[in-house]
Amino acid sequence: MTTMPAATAPTSLRRLFDEIGTVDQVGIEERVAKFTTRSLKKKSKVFGLRLAVSMVDLTTLEGKDTPGKVASLCQKALRPHDIGDIPPTAAVCVYPAMVKHAKKHVVGTQVKIASVATAFPSGQAPLKTRLAEVHAAVNDGADEIDMVINRGAFLSGEFGRMQDEIAAVVEACGQSTLKVILEVSELETYDNIRAASFLAMRVIRPGDFIKTSTGKTSSNATLGNNQVMLEAIRDHFLATGIPIAMKPAGGIRTAKQALHFLIAVKETLGDDWLNNRRYRFGASALLNDLVRQLEKERTGAYQAPWNFSDATEGY
Amino acid sequence: MTRLLITKTPKCYVGGAFIRSESGRVAPLHDASGAFFANIPQCTRKDLRNAVEAAAKAGPGWAKRSAFNRGQILYRLAEMMEARSGELTEAVALGGTSKAEASREVAASIERVVHYAGWTDKYEQILGSVNPVASTHFNFTVTEPMGIIGVIAPDDSPLLALVSLILPAITSGNCVVALASSTQPYPSILLGEMLATSDLPGGVVNLLTGLRSEMLPTFATHEHLRALSVAVNAADRKTLKLGAAESVKRVNLLKAEEPIDWFSDKRQGVEEIRALIEFKTTWHPVGA
Repeated sequence: MTTMPAATAPTSLRRLFDEIGTVDQVGIEERVAKFTTRSLKKKSKVFGLRLAVSMVDLTTLEGKDTPGKVASLCQKALRPHDIGDIPPTAAVCVYPAMVKHAKKHVVGTQVKIASVATAFPSGQAPLKTRLAEVHAAVNDGADEIDMVINRGAFLSGEFGRMQDEIAAVVEACGQSTLKVILEVSELETYDNIRAASFLAMRVIRPGDFIKTSTGKTSSNATLGNNQVMLEAIRDHFLATGIPIAMKPAGGIRTAKQALHFLIAVKETLGDDWLNNRRYRFGASALLNDLVRQLEKERTGAYQAPWNFSDATEGY
Repeated sequence: MTRLLITKTPKCYVGGAFIRSESGRVAPLHDASGAFFANIPQCTRKDLRNAVEAAAKAGPGWAKRSAFNRGQILYRLAEMMEARSGELTEAVALGGTSKAEASREVAASIERVVHYAGWTDKYEQILGSVNPVASTHFNFTVTEPMGIIGVIAPDDSPLLALVSLILPAITSGNCVVALASSTQPYPSILLGEMLATSDLPGGVVNLLTGLRSEMLPTFATHEHLRALSVAVNAADRKTLKLGAAESVKRVNLLKAEEPIDWFSDKRQGVEEIRALIEFKTTWHPVGA
């Protein structure tokens, strides 16, 4: 990770750090290393796994997505496994063009439709185009909009522009929940992640999300950047009383990782954030592993991947 | 000048890496005279689970290797064992076997590896077939590896029995998760070091040490293991059969309570390979 120490950062960023404080990188990393050492016994593990299932935004964001693939993903979200009492996921996350195909499968259920918008994943389109995309997704029935911030504006110190754009998207969302993707791998330092979190949190509504990444770059959600954002949410909540929700995305593939993230939430923000209104996982492969581990706990036997849908290999 | 003693920490070979047990547990191993020899990892069912995951990663690549290449790699394993045969002999003799007998076991083990190295590109011709059918079809049968095979070695013949159970499985492209002799695990530790230098892809053979009683139920019920090839006592066989019925896996059970002549030619050959493969028959339409 290249570093841009707070002391040499642009003036606008330095002023912001005076206000919100910087991040102790060594401290954060030692803190998150502890989360992976907790011993979870059976009852807590099953609770955590079921909770994690209910927090998944089951995602498909590929050029080859088809209405048929989205339909099967919606069925999977509604009923992750045919045996056992496994809850549905929180949402299905698709591209705007797929919203209308997905919506008809989940109408009347608790599963929501989330759509990435604003020229995901780069955000490199005129603001007018990005807002039009948000409007289109909302009109097609998207309950939630995942937007990307203007990283170029942030990195060049144009915080006002970055915040104005987020505010414009908030307005375009109407009743839909907004998730603001910071794309942490392009922000490069923990200090920047904290700064971007605060800038976003100041213009979004209570219950809106900040989100780590698009899943389209080399590095994604880690316990470290998740922790920086959780602590930003905590500090913002303590200062203003406004609860902001959180969504790590990309790179969370195993049930064990998901439990580590939940431990971080529990120990940083407490039980009020342990539900799918305040915390989500953006993932595709994670759901299968969660279900696989739940089946292991139910049956007592380690499960083969081919017992679950979407397993690719028969070996 | 006296040198500081450099003692070895024996480690298990899993996924191409040398690991300690996830539990951090070890069990002291003593030689035949009762003197402390080393601490051996005492693996758990979670280590077994991790080994199966490692095998699942390595499997498709190993099965796709050409038969000739698999043979080359197995022959190289024999080369690696031959180069360290003295050390292997001492490891086998740790349990009280005479040096001469241990040396004979090591030689037989190396020859068994060479035996299967020769079979890799030959069993298909014998087990596959072109089948006469009454319709206008070209009908043929080919073999495919089963997947991940669980191996549980008996306490005696700690090297030869282990090699004899593992080799027929990997010859056809299966992967193996093996539990070594509980009383004489050290030869399996050395075998792991030789596997690591044999060009065999990491994860194709995974060797665990520890208590059979702790891991046996997991071998029985783990759904990702497609077959079990074991030499255990009657009570353990019952546990394995019950678990295997539940998880629908094939079992090749040898009776550990009866003497098994591992040196015998009956303990090697194409029938052993055949016990751990699936047959696939294809009907291909042809012009009348």
